[in-house]
Amino acid sequence: MPMDAREIERLIKARFPDAEIEIRDLAGDGDHYAAHVVCSAFQGKSRVQQHQMIYEALGGRMGEALHALALTTAVAKASSKD
Amino acid sequence: MRLGLATSKSRPVREVVRPEPRKDERKDQSMTDHAVHDRIRKTIEGNDVVLFMKGTAQFPQCGFSAQVAKILDHLGVPFKDVNVLEDTALRDGVKSFTNWPTIPQLYVKGEFIGGADIVREMFEAGELHALIHDKGIPHTTHG
Repeated sequence: MPMDAREIERLIKARFPDAEIEIRDLAGDGDHYAAHVVCSAFQGKSRVQQHQMIYEALGGRMGEALHALALTTAVAKASSKD
Repeated sequence: MRLGLATSKSRPVREVVRPEPRKDERKDQSMTDHAVHDRIRKTIEGNDVVLFMKGTAQFPQCGFSAQVAKILDHLGVPFKDVNVLEDTALRDGVKSFTNWPTIPQLYVKGEFIGGADIVREMFEAGELHALIHDKGIPHTTHG
């Protein structure tokens, strides 16, 4: 059950309006995505918590309609350590 | 009980149909969730490194599970593989236990580390090796 990349972005934006979201369609099949989300709300959260916040924003679609969403997250405006 | 048996001849249907079974069924359902979560807790407490995965370490049945198993092998970390495909209750149970929607799930010393994305990210950054080392887990690779 494929899901449109814009729909993924819309759902995340709805919860985290200031999030910067980059979505790539990995296989060109509308079913395997990689998303990179940069958001100030991630401040002070562990990586696991950051991913849980995104999964929550996706409202249970992760693991269901969305089988393959490779997720990476980063805190916005963090003093860069990279 | 003896009274029940003695009167059962006169009104057998009433003896069989009781209001309790429904309540018991509900109790059984939550007991099942409980039982699965208990099993998961025992597994992650009884093993230093546990990977809940689709398939086994030898024969992973999903690319994401295979990737995490491969990373652990690469680091030379022995781990307990738990195949969630063998048990629907466990497959759902581990998702609710961790509050994590996908498999694989990696636990180290009873602590949830992450799914495939986080494990890969940590591995690439050298953080996974550091974590394994800091937690005092025996492994064959160094630095």
